[in-house]
Amino acid sequence: MTLALVETAAKIAFVFGLNIGVFAPLLGWVERKQSAVMQDRIGADRADVFGFTIIGLFHTMSDTIKLIFKEDFIPRGADRIMHTAAPALALIPALVAFTVIPFGGHYTLWGHNVNLVVADLDVGALFVFAISSLAAYGVVLAGWSSNNNWSFLGGLRAAAQMFSYEVAMGLTIIGLVMFYQSLSLVTIVEKQNEFWHWGIIWHWPAFILYFTCAIAENKRIPFDVPEAESELVAGYFTEYSGMKFIMFWMAEFVEVVTISALCVVLFFGGHHLPFVTDAELISGLGGALYPNFANLAAMGIGILTFIVKVIILIFIQMTIRWTLPRFRYDQVMALGWKLVLPASLIWIFIVGVGILSGIMPRP
Amino acid sequence: MSEQPKKDYDFHKEHHTELLTVNMGPSHPATHGTVKFMLALDGETIENIEVDVGYLHRGFEKECEAQTWTGVFPYTDRLDYLASVINNVGYAMTVEKLIGITTPERCQYIRVITSELARMGAHFTCLGAGALELGALTAFIYFVEAREMVWDLIESVCGARLTHNYVRIGGLTSDLPDGFAGNVKTTFKECRRLWIDFDKLLTKNRIFLDRMRDVGGISSADAKAWGFTGPCLRAAGVPYDVRRAEPYLVYDRVDFEIPVGETGDNYDRFQVRLEEIEQSMRIVEQCLVQMPEGPVNVNNPEWRQPSKDLSSGNIEYMIHHFKNVLEGIHVPKGEAYQAVEGANGELGYYIVSNGSGYPVKMRVRPPCFPITSALPMLIKGRLIADLIPTFDMLNLIGGECDR
Repeated sequence: MTLALVETAAKIAFVFGLNIGVFAPLLGWVERKQSAVMQDRIGADRADVFGFTIIGLFHTMSDTIKLIFKEDFIPRGADRIMHTAAPALALIPALVAFTVIPFGGHYTLWGHNVNLVVADLDVGALFVFAISSLAAYGVVLAGWSSNNNWSFLGGLRAAAQMFSYEVAMGLTIIGLVMFYQSLSLVTIVEKQNEFWHWGIIWHWPAFILYFTCAIAENKRIPFDVPEAESELVAGYFTEYSGMKFIMFWMAEFVEVVTISALCVVLFFGGHHLPFVTDAELISGLGGALYPNFANLAAMGIGILTFIVKVIILIFIQMTIRWTLPRFRYDQVMALGWKLVLPASLIWIFIVGVGILSGIMPRP
Repeated sequence: MSEQPKKDYDFHKEHHTELLTVNMGPSHPATHGTVKFMLALDGETIENIEVDVGYLHRGFEKECEAQTWTGVFPYTDRLDYLASVINNVGYAMTVEKLIGITTPERCQYIRVITSELARMGAHFTCLGAGALELGALTAFIYFVEAREMVWDLIESVCGARLTHNYVRIGGLTSDLPDGFAGNVKTTFKECRRLWIDFDKLLTKNRIFLDRMRDVGGISSADAKAWGFTGPCLRAAGVPYDVRRAEPYLVYDRVDFEIPVGETGDNYDRFQVRLEEIEQSMRIVEQCLVQMPEGPVNVNNPEWRQPSKDLSSGNIEYMIHHFKNVLEGIHVPKGEAYQAVEGANGELGYYIVSNGSGYPVKMRVRPPCFPITSALPMLIKGRLIADLIPTFDMLNLIGGECDR
């Protein structure tokens, strides 16, 4: 009992530490530096400690310190409670969604079975969508409670966009669920043990559709119409300052990570190395002689593989963000309802035919 | 079955809604150049828009009446601050027309070269900013890089990057520096590379096309009626360019094309400007080849202030130097209008002189003002998001429009 509690606590600490402690602040740096590389610039490199800049990494720290000490401004006429609650409502769902994402497989350590996921829910995939749709509340409330026309317009755009793309996003993975016959993300990852069963091999159109929806859901360029800075100043977070402002940013960054992690789990085999199954990996590490050591090493390799895959997908998202211009609001809606939604329905049909006719062998 | 809407059916009254009035600007990220739009929004649709210009009004025309003829130059810099040399040239040519002098050939070539460099800088900025406002920050940075390199060239000529104050009545402040032609060659190579990068990023990008195509379009007849000039008029299909219609300086001796659009929408304006950058580069390259050696100033101390050596060694020159400094040059009585092709269109100066050391009346025809006045017509009934590229491609320059 105690062991199980310690294990869960450790996993929660790992997931949250990875997100809030490593990825969210680092992505601020990555966003600056990657854009700088893409644009022939040097990028932020001025913050230093005793003359050491470490390629601009201190900017993350100095930003945090600066924002903590900034005035927390609530505009006159704003709904104070909602205005304060909105950033948290935006950030928390992004974090919670990560709890059902497996970042490793099953391992036996000293007779204790370790499953590297905080909560192994049977409806993991549904849980992710349910929770991430709650993030829309934070954004809409932020827009509405600020008592500012630009925020209000941004909030309305965000509401329409997020709800539309949720529908399409849910449909894009139906094909996968049919293929793997499970809604549990842990089971889906287990079934991608063989490289030829990875989601991307059979479901690459679904990946493109899902990735599009996920970026739209996260409101980043080219889908950043709710915060289009040239149209709506800063959209729904125009009236936010200090830490509340940074919470929206963190929510965005954590969501970038969540999207990547979910993509890895659904399409890129989770923690699995390509062409190497878990059993092969453990036996290759000397599982017969030192089972505990081999399991521990396999766990390390699994987590590392998972993180590397996540980083690659983050890189792709960042590249998209710094390459494309922004859609117009009505074009975003048209794309969601008229293209992505029918396309995912057609894909479900194709997968159904494929499975029934035996062209797509189910793992 | 369904009841037809009554003739005096008022949607807003029936549904108890009203239009949302929003002040866009003067300090809004999109209203660079400082302008205010008073928007009446029905959801996202712009039902009514009032363009409020004048935030950069400095009384340029009145201010000029208090300056000597030479003292006006720094003020002209602030008109279209992205292409100051063209403003300098326009003013200098108008005054020269009043006096009736012709500048040496080398001076004319240098004026064309610097004007075209300035035009390139202005177009780089306009297109880059247009991309930026549509969210394509990378494309913006590419063109800013190109612009900075072009401005490095201008800086090497006159020492300033933004407000050049380079041209003088009857000449220039200085000749081109040594090795200028070589620098131009290397810079243009880089500019063309960035131009191709920018073109690849945007011109055939589907998102960009959807944002720009069929937005803010104007027919050629309308464009003429509204007094459009420059890239916006050419995008509407009218091949009017002051450089070709009424060639000034040495524009009749160089070979360049006038890009013309078809529909007059934002995409055509974008394309016309993109192509004009290439044509400007061609003009500069040809001018550098054709340019003769010789003086850059008229050899007449009455109009062009002589060098220190001459004014301290020759009594005639000394008298004129003294008089010019104290009273300014005395431009003969009369009035003149001269237009040049500015970065945004026909930039005209109308100047009246009563023979004193100061202009008695000065009027500038800014290309931006008539173009901006058509904005409400172009954008009514469209979405807010359409206002951004339209405003960018019309390219209001506050300093020029508000004067």
